[in-house]
Amino acid sequence: MQPLGFFAILFAAVFTNNILLTNYLGMCSFLGCSRELKTSAGLGAAVVFVTATTSVLNWAVYAYVLAPLGLDYLRFIVFIVVIAAFTQLVEMIIERVSEALYQSLGLFLPLIAVNCAILGASLFLVIRNYTFWHACGYGIGSGVGWALAILAMAGIRQRLQQRARVPRGLEGPGIALVIAGTMALAFMGFNGMVSLN
Amino acid sequence: MVELLIAVGVLCLINTGLAALLMVADATLGNYGECKVTINDKRTVVVSGGRSLLAALKDEQIFIPSACGGRGSCGLCKVTVLEGAGEPLPTEAPWLTPEERQAGVRLACQVKVKRDLRVRIPEELFSVRQYRARVSALVDLTHDIKQVTLKLENPPEISFVAGQFIQFEVPPYALTDEPVYRAYSISSDPADTGEIELEIRLVPNGICTTYVHRHLKVGDLVTFNGPYGDFRLQPGGREMICIAGGSGMAPIKSILLEMERTRDPRPCRYFFGARSKRDLFLVERMRAIERALPNFRFIPSLSAPAPEDRWEGETGMITEVVGRHVGDASQAEAYLCGSPRMIEACVEVLRAKGMPESRIFYDKFA
Repeated sequence: MQPLGFFAILFAAVFTNNILLTNYLGMCSFLGCSRELKTSAGLGAAVVFVTATTSVLNWAVYAYVLAPLGLDYLRFIVFIVVIAAFTQLVEMIIERVSEALYQSLGLFLPLIAVNCAILGASLFLVIRNYTFWHACGYGIGSGVGWALAILAMAGIRQRLQQRARVPRGLEGPGIALVIAGTMALAFMGFNGMVSLN
Repeated sequence: MVELLIAVGVLCLINTGLAALLMVADATLGNYGECKVTINDKRTVVVSGGRSLLAALKDEQIFIPSACGGRGSCGLCKVTVLEGAGEPLPTEAPWLTPEERQAGVRLACQVKVKRDLRVRIPEELFSVRQYRARVSALVDLTHDIKQVTLKLENPPEISFVAGQFIQFEVPPYALTDEPVYRAYSISSDPADTGEIELEIRLVPNGICTTYVHRHLKVGDLVTFNGPYGDFRLQPGGREMICIAGGSGMAPIKSILLEMERTRDPRPCRYFFGARSKRDLFLVERMRAIERALPNFRFIPSLSAPAPEDRWEGETGMITEVVGRHVGDASQAEAYLCGSPRMIEACVEVLRAKGMPESRIFYDKFA
């Protein structure tokens, strides 16, 4: 298989290998915060930012610390700690620097420290032996893919609230999971354009 | 062995490194220095910034009512921030009406003190304290209402206005993993400063009511904070119409006890609604107040008397009874306590009798 470029990986991470719709990672906040477009836009932006930055950070920690010392098996715990510390740090910076940015983005940061899509992205990129640029592409792509999925979901759910008569037993998470499944099916249409695996 | 040491060492290094980084960040970025909080333009307190307004005020012995303990999930800790807090956060949005937003009302638990603030807090909150008390008596008033007497230990005395309520703290037990707070009106005379009484009706599966009815014993130590609320006797000597049902007896009883003690000559009628005789309580006490106050009348009424009750008093829904007894109510004022549905129905009846809504007083307990 010929190596993929930065943009190919970015594209693949957004569409063909969407971390939410093909790996089903980051489901809890996806289901919990997708009632309104506004909230999901804030959360989506925060995930894009955090996934992109922590992917690169974790790539560096892995490439320069864990791999040379043969400590591969520590990656789970180390990645999680890096992500948690980083989100906290960014939250503090944002809160200090800009109130408006904190309103729209910073508030979500502590929420997504435990978002598994973010840890998932970091783990995938070391499992697949990405180079620095690939890691960048994959990190940004995963975040954008997740944000795209939650925005689409919020849009659908908002419409649903206004128009559709959902059977009572399916209200809330039930119908959301059905929609997520349908979206995943739709995203299968991108399959075959680029493959990451 | 060496490998293991390296692994542990690396892990420790990374973790301490990150922890140190965060500590430095907290001390520099998260350090907002000392901030002045001006309360009601009268009092200024200096607090260390970076914490929530709720926590900062608590350290200054100012207790804002909060049932969730600062997670933004109860919407009780409303204060008005006039300067220095910026826009409300999305976490506050569900709790604020457009008018409140306009007026600068915020949830104290969500406002972080980052610079000097100017806030407005209802005056009566300054007398709010946390109390430790011992259960000195538990009396079954009816099959599902208990009277709980609390002897104050620390502080040993409370000052409250008849009609006010406290928040009772339920410690973690079978039904709850964390302390929860529930509001109950004080039913005793404010002159008894060393003791308070509560009347608590058992609600099926209610966290606090189950605790009080099934677990609380005489001699137990409990915690509550208060007093809160502006439900109280209005000055002016107008004719009073009191309406209550069930444990709604409590604040009205407190008001009546005070009137009895001060020999208040105001005309007052107290309509008390219950289902059947087994739901009626404190009738003798009310009759005693009737004897002490010539212008007071107690009118209990049963909505569904049992045949063995041999009830000869008023029957029907409390609203019907009030409708039969009250003529023109345009000069009177009303004090209501009960379920939201009862209050709604009573307000309607009283308005139909000509009473302006501004003179109908009640606490909204959900």
